[in-house]
Amino acid sequence: MDWSLVIGNAAAELISPTTAAYALAAVGLAVHFGYTGLLNFGQAAFMAIGAYGFAVSVLYFGLPFWGAVLASLLASVVFALILGIPTLRLRSDYLAIVTIASAEILRYIVSTTSLASVTGGAGGLSAFAGEFYAMNPFPEGNYLFWPFDVTAKDLWVRVVGWSIVALATLLVFALMRSPWGRVVKGIREDEDAVRSLGKNVYSYKMQSLVFGGALGTLAGIIFILPRSVQPGNYGTGLTFFIWTVMLLGGAATILGPVVGSMVFWVLLSLTDGLLQGLVNQGVITFLTTDQIGPVRFILIGLGLMALVVFRPQGIFGNKKELQFNV
Amino acid sequence: MSNDISVGKAAPGCKKVDPILVADNVTRQFGGLTAVNVDHLEIPRGMITALIGPNGAGKTTLFNLLTGFDKPTTGSWNFEGKDLAGVPSYKVARLGMVRTFQLTKALSMLTVMENMRLGAQNQPGESFFAALIRPLWSSFEAKITARAEDLLKRFKLDAKQDDFAAALSGGQRKLLEMARALMSEPKLVMLDEPMAGVNPALTQSLLEHIKDLKKNGTTVLFVEHDMHMVRHISDWVVVMAEGKIVAEGPPAIVMKDQAVIDAYLGAHADTDLGTVAIKVVKEKK
Repeated sequence: MDWSLVIGNAAAELISPTTAAYALAAVGLAVHFGYTGLLNFGQAAFMAIGAYGFAVSVLYFGLPFWGAVLASLLASVVFALILGIPTLRLRSDYLAIVTIASAEILRYIVSTTSLASVTGGAGGLSAFAGEFYAMNPFPEGNYLFWPFDVTAKDLWVRVVGWSIVALATLLVFALMRSPWGRVVKGIREDEDAVRSLGKNVYSYKMQSLVFGGALGTLAGIIFILPRSVQPGNYGTGLTFFIWTVMLLGGAATILGPVVGSMVFWVLLSLTDGLLQGLVNQGVITFLTTDQIGPVRFILIGLGLMALVVFRPQGIFGNKKELQFNV
Repeated sequence: MSNDISVGKAAPGCKKVDPILVADNVTRQFGGLTAVNVDHLEIPRGMITALIGPNGAGKTTLFNLLTGFDKPTTGSWNFEGKDLAGVPSYKVARLGMVRTFQLTKALSMLTVMENMRLGAQNQPGESFFAALIRPLWSSFEAKITARAEDLLKRFKLDAKQDDFAAALSGGQRKLLEMARALMSEPKLVMLDEPMAGVNPALTQSLLEHIKDLKKNGTTVLFVEHDMHMVRHISDWVVVMAEGKIVAEGPPAIVMKDQAVIDAYLGAHADTDLGTVAIKVVKEKK
């Protein structure tokens, strides 16, 4: 087996735009769950709003790049309000139920055939990122070094994606050190206590939902820039991967979601490469190459179980501050 | 018997010379059970008022109703002349009526100091956009940190200020909750069983803190089962049983009231049992 290929592919995931998108979505989820204690099981919906909001704005409404970004963010705020107004007054479990259901509703809506002229139906949408790549300041050519060598186009989407991740991380860092962060962390601990101290808990939960959701929406845009929009990508599976990424790194940590995303994608690529190699060389005979895809997710699942048992606070988490205690 | 707190004779629902909180016809039903049924209640300003009564008398429910944590079936009440019925709990707290809880609600995964800072009102950095610009709130933060340090010193928690609240003992959490409530400089503090679970060595200092509050002009209303505390620090005692107010008056007099003895105090009514838990309700047939 070609080790340099396996390791190179895995290492390339460290800076891939998909890794950046998952990291950003997980930062948003960390704002929801890690800091405010909101059980959002619909982060895939916010990502779908980013993807479809952007692609539909460009293709159907003919908006320019920035207009499309703003339109997606606006849609994400409206969605967060629709989710939050009825549920944030209730116990957090209800939010979990409502978010998971509304994410599915959204996915069914965008894949329905009667909306195919707008959303592309089951086929999805493509060719919407032309203006984005036209803004690329890097001249044609190859950049960086093995295993990160990329074309100018690849470099541009990586630079933009990771810059947004860095900005979002800094923003969350600043917020969580501020009195605003103190209030939402207080809400995570006991919302009645925070209420008794004169804070409008409902409003803070709403702000957190909107902010974390907006990060998820930006993640959705980064996610589709190098690929097409496929409705199948926005199922509950995506939400659970984002949860995995967040818990891997540590839910109430600043760098946790970013490193969690890197670990997640490197492991997926590594297990894929290794299993492919082993099957091709006849070392593993009880698997076919078609079965490797699902098997590596089983391995990831086992890894997550081990994490929750042996290191519930994640890689970076402070065991005292937050455990996996829903 | 006359006194200088009530207008005329002390009796259930009597008028006060200077009430800070006035409640009328407040009832709360849970299904068929009427947990609270208070015709009229006035809390005297600048005094320490104890609310006592057997378990299930509706004391905590009344607290929840008055502070907006629960909605009454009927009733209205006002705080310093402001109508509070239907006002959400956080607004009640902002008006200067701050409560603590029977089951302590220390924010365990925040440090003691962060708990304290959270108690302060009007921190501009608590708004989302201002939070991002440190100069907008850092001077206010320094001010409330100084006040928090001062309060923590008074409550002997200053050595713990950087520990997570989860690391405190049960009694220390009670103290922290009370100190945190004081961060907002409330006009009326409502303490729900401040002595429950506090060790006797701390009790004395807690009593002093409550007396200090009165000295600084804060009105105190507290629920307590510790008769020693009620006797020693309260100016006025309100007795509840089965949701109703059955007696009111200065502690020395109320505790001799036959209705109170029947409802609550039992055979040990006239002995000071100190901080030892009293033997509640000796059933009288």
